[in-house]
Amino acid sequence: MISSVFQYVAGSLLILGTCFSLLAALGLLRFPDLYTRLHAATKAGTVGAGFVLLAIAFASFDLSVSLRALGGVAFIILTSPIAAHLLARAAYLSGERPSNITVVNELENEKQG
Amino acid sequence: MTADLFLFVSENVALSLLAVAVLIVLVRLFRGPTLPDRILSLDMLTTLAISLIGVLTLRLGVDLLLDIALALCLVGFVATVALARYALLRKAGQAVAAESGGNG
Repeated sequence: MISSVFQYVAGSLLILGTCFSLLAALGLLRFPDLYTRLHAATKAGTVGAGFVLLAIAFASFDLSVSLRALGGVAFIILTSPIAAHLLARAAYLSGERPSNITVVNELENEKQG
Repeated sequence: MTADLFLFVSENVALSLLAVAVLIVLVRLFRGPTLPDRILSLDMLTTLAISLIGVLTLRLGVDLLLDIALALCLVGFVATVALARYALLRKAGQAVAAESGGNG
């Protein structure tokens, strides 16, 4: 009984996570500049991979596998913002400018690298 | 039994959606237009590969595949950081080269 509930939860998480991944990919294709693309790819991509790993944690009835999957989720949540921040900073300092429709630019007076 | 069937169908749907996502990201990877865009596309491809391996872990019932996905997490993070440093230093290198070229 409880195992079939876990399987329903895992299946829903799989579909939800991959929908997020697909939306992230669409944002990567359609958004106007690097910074908006980073916004789409890192947030939705993190949730996408995280939900798939959570689905594994639910669907594999094995404590060691579930714990490893949860560790993977924690790692993704920790590292993905760092990578996105580094990439955005490197892009800005190497001269990449936001698109014209960007309103707030807090790095405007930052020294060029 | 229906829960098994639901999980099976969900795995198929997930694999199809991930395949479409990989194709879309590949379009962005080829189009560019700049180096950071391509780095971001590669990062996204790594994330999608982690998801794909995760779904395959459930589909094939091979738990060892999960370890490969976790290793890919580590490698993807280090690769993105290294490529971001490269994007930064490449620009600095170009500036230095242009300056010395202007002087000489």
